[in-house]
Amino acid sequence: MLLIRCPWCGERDHIEFTYGGDATVRRPDPDAPLAAWHDYVYLRDNPKGPHVELWQHTAGCRQWIQVVRDTVSHAIAETAPAGAPLASIPNKGGRP
Amino acid sequence: MDRYSVFSLLKHAFRGHATWSRAWRDPTPKDSYDVVIVGGGGHGLATAFYLAAEHGIRSVAVLEKGWLGGGNTGRNTTIIRSNYMLTPNRLFYEHSLKLWESMSQALNFNVMFSQRGVLNLAHSDAQLDAYARRGNAMRLNGIDAELLDRAQVQAMVPLLDCSSNARFPVAGGLLQRRGGTARHDAVAWGYARAADALGIDIIQNCEVVGMRREGNRVVALETTRGTIRAGKVGLAVAGHTGHVAAMAGLRLPIETHVLQAMVSEPLKPVLDTVVTFGAGHFYVSQSDKGELVMGGDLDMYNSYGQRGNLPALEHAVACALALFPSFGRLRLMRHWAGVMDMTMDGSPIIGKTPLDNLYINGGWCYGGFKATPGAGWVFAHTIARDRPHPLNEAFILNRFASGRLLDEKGAGPVPNAH
Repeated sequence: MLLIRCPWCGERDHIEFTYGGDATVRRPDPDAPLAAWHDYVYLRDNPKGPHVELWQHTAGCRQWIQVVRDTVSHAIAETAPAGAPLASIPNKGGRP
Repeated sequence: MDRYSVFSLLKHAFRGHATWSRAWRDPTPKDSYDVVIVGGGGHGLATAFYLAAEHGIRSVAVLEKGWLGGGNTGRNTTIIRSNYMLTPNRLFYEHSLKLWESMSQALNFNVMFSQRGVLNLAHSDAQLDAYARRGNAMRLNGIDAELLDRAQVQAMVPLLDCSSNARFPVAGGLLQRRGGTARHDAVAWGYARAADALGIDIIQNCEVVGMRREGNRVVALETTRGTIRAGKVGLAVAGHTGHVAAMAGLRLPIETHVLQAMVSEPLKPVLDTVVTFGAGHFYVSQSDKGELVMGGDLDMYNSYGQRGNLPALEHAVACALALFPSFGRLRLMRHWAGVMDMTMDGSPIIGKTPLDNLYINGGWCYGGFKATPGAGWVFAHTIARDRPHPLNEAFILNRFASGRLLDEKGAGPVPNAH
């Protein structure tokens, strides 16, 4: 069981949350070339190790949050509101 | 190598089974091979076998970081079928199913392929209509499919709760009688033994930790057993496709997720077919040892850890009891997990990459085991001829750029939704 610290509600069981995937992908400008849209929609870093990801606290406050979680050990290093800067991975803060 | 037959069995029986030769060698890696396959599961070993058997390429090594079949080949629920809706999927999986039907003879190794049927349950008239459409699509390609009504389903699976009191009452089902199960370890061992007999080096405990590139080519693999130069490199590393491809500088339309399976304590024969639930994600069959082999949904978050969490298990068990209330008296004996390379359209990627001599066989999502012979067969063709076979032309990597997606479920570019 993952124990996820929601910045608003505190530590909660992960079944209260819905997974939202990689938080580091960035939506391109509307007039960006097709290749940029292909990369945004389809390609992922899929790291083996620390992963910055989005979860929504669907059975709680319904806020989107960022979670820095190791994809091998499942250990959670940090949680933060979506879009907020991260202490453990600089320059990686993401929003839904 | 001993050829297995009733005569060799008798001969060795009189010698107390003390003089059987080993099934495959344990070679030291050479400096260089024409083709190096990364991944010694069913797919990698099948690819090596067909490279030698069909294309005459024998300077081949298979590199395995652990032991043969210790990854997803040994962790799946062994279901084999070709009951797909989309034409490229139907043709490919049917080719694979035909290779299953002759595999034990072709490899001289009993893979215990059992065509006990795969029954997909429908729980509404609309779902049964959709199954009728899929079954008709299959029959257009000469693949067997039968639509069963509720009475036929009940007669076939007596323990199934087909009453109107069920949480999701059964409306009928789509049956593929030629589908079934096989002994998963035996598939890896059978391909390994047959490939080894054709001169292929199978190198275990040899993890690839880096790739050396020159221009647009991979020229060598850095491994835990030294540097190995390669003319061509094929990846068949299941859940680690994204991780290994990143060593060559590639980003892929793949996320790695964890999927669990479980077995009950063994019991006498109660279920002689494969049953899949239509109102939740769940599938069950009974192994030859008597255990009920059950699987369900992903844990739903990116993971390379080969272990899962209890909520996903609880979901699978709840589905089991909705179908078979009597299973509630059984104890679970063991549960485990494997990591799946989930693609953005739910279909595999078998083909060339932007690098000239690097090939990928991955993105198998939930369904790699049944594809083992077919994937090895088309992947060997792709590597040997440097172009896809017509059966895997639709599975190439650049379908995501060209828009020719193969989204069987229609779930969109959300890997854990497939």
